[in-house]
Amino acid sequence: MTELSQLTLVEAAAALRAGDCTSVALTESVLDRASLTEASVHAYLTIDRLGALAAAEASDRRIADEKPIGLLDGLPIALKDNMMTKGIETTASSKILSGYIPPYDGTVVRRLREAGAVFVGKTNLDEFAMGSSTENSAYGPTRNPWNLDTVPGGSSGGSAAAVAAGSALAALGSDTGGSIRQPAALCGLVGTKPTYGLVSRYGLIAFASSLDQIGPLTRSVQDAAILYEAIAGHDPHDATSFPGPAPSGTERLGAGVEGLRVGVVNELSADGIDDEVVAAFRATVDRLEKAGAEIVELSLPSTATALSAYYLIAPAECSANLARFDGVRYGLRVAGSTVDEMMSLTRAEGFGSEVIRRILLGTYALSAGYYDAFYGQAQRVRTLIIQEFARAYEQVDVLVSPTAPAPAFELGAKTQDPLSMYMQDICTIPSNLSGHPAMSVPVGLSASGLPIGFQVMAPALGETVMFQVASAIEALSDDIGRPVLEVVAS
Amino acid sequence: MPIDIDIAHVAKLARIELSEEEMAAYRAQLGVILDHAAKVQALPTEGVPPTSHPLDMVNAFRDDVVTSSLDRDEVLSQAPDATDGFFRVPPSLDNE
Repeated sequence: MTELSQLTLVEAAAALRAGDCTSVALTESVLDRASLTEASVHAYLTIDRLGALAAAEASDRRIADEKPIGLLDGLPIALKDNMMTKGIETTASSKILSGYIPPYDGTVVRRLREAGAVFVGKTNLDEFAMGSSTENSAYGPTRNPWNLDTVPGGSSGGSAAAVAAGSALAALGSDTGGSIRQPAALCGLVGTKPTYGLVSRYGLIAFASSLDQIGPLTRSVQDAAILYEAIAGHDPHDATSFPGPAPSGTERLGAGVEGLRVGVVNELSADGIDDEVVAAFRATVDRLEKAGAEIVELSLPSTATALSAYYLIAPAECSANLARFDGVRYGLRVAGSTVDEMMSLTRAEGFGSEVIRRILLGTYALSAGYYDAFYGQAQRVRTLIIQEFARAYEQVDVLVSPTAPAPAFELGAKTQDPLSMYMQDICTIPSNLSGHPAMSVPVGLSASGLPIGFQVMAPALGETVMFQVASAIEALSDDIGRPVLEVVAS
Repeated sequence: MPIDIDIAHVAKLARIELSEEEMAAYRAQLGVILDHAAKVQALPTEGVPPTSHPLDMVNAFRDDVVTSSLDRDEVLSQAPDATDGFFRVPPSLDNE
């Protein structure tokens, strides 16, 4: 049998049901793996060894009594550290929240807990989810298990690295401009951003509220669909939560692509994209066509402006959301003689440079005299992008593009030039602006052995067809396997 | 010519204390980013409404039902300074 820590959720659930292993054995397997890999990978900020083993024991008792709660019962899963976990430190990788212990569980955490999932720990991220490499963490960077000299992507880089390294079977991340899909692409995983509003944001430390969405990072499309179904659904605690039923993720898995119309977005598939990534993308499009899909090349000109609109909207919303970190109710406080001075000193000390950069950018874009020219105009451009996507979906069932413009880059390669880092998200940002679902599927390795991702985008509430196409791509692609990671006992 | 911003004013609005060197560095970086972001102004948007929710839905308020709230002492335990059930902060006005 495969090493337990390398199983998919579906394989592990089957092994538990068959009595081939226990949840404690599964959990110990990922914890042992973490003790070997963490010194080099640093996927986690907190590992809750005792809590995980206690949850695993409880799960084993339920399974022994033949009363498991559901498919996820007993499976070890990691959580990005911007999700509130009652009683477990939650920092969003920021110094300003060092030592913060949440008094409640976020809705996704509660849902997974109620489904019997075992939480291994909290994973590293770019501070407040702002970044594309996980280098902007106040607690040090995470490294890519496929090549320790390279970044895992970001901002959910810790979640991606944990699943790739074998220190969790699956993980949750959050995606504001590509923060689930890009690290999934760079770490050879399936990364899914559901339709905006399908997964509650209650208990997710907010970055840009109109763009943020929680989703799974997994080893297979089926795992992604199952985890998506477990976390999706209306939540009265989130006023932007979609009130209707969430579409099925699993219903059309394995149904093939015969007769489906697949649109290739020209603006996202050539300019600025690495040659090897373009080649892997085109090879996959050819496979889809051979499998019976109708390929339609189409143009979405407004996506060329998406990055610009995003870098006004996201910082504007972040500057408002991060106003709450002021040294009054939680986290760091630096003493000052007046409340104003205390707040200004606390925020200067507690925030890292990328977070300060975005708060300043957003404050400027929202300030008197500039609001309409910047934020207002960006929100009108966003409407144009949504309208253009809507017209495209009259012609095709899904849209496709590469996920990231290139495979993983080396640590430090982009930290001095913010704009070059922002370019990482050119293919993923349009779906955040439109609110549509999108996911990344691994389709191959570069010549230097680094994973390459393929993005499937679908219309709002189009999860069923998105997972259908993703599962076809997975079946048509060569398995890239797992990273070979040199580990030393710590 | 990159957009020039009054960085000291913006930092004051954002309540972030910055040194002269930090302000100079951020002003230069923000100029470059805003230059790129200003591309949104090239698109004609007359008569286009700004997006409020990507799913074309309005605020969905929950039912007005009384439920238990978080424990006050547990919440206050996370505050840097709290006393008698309140958050405690330095004075708002300078005494001088």
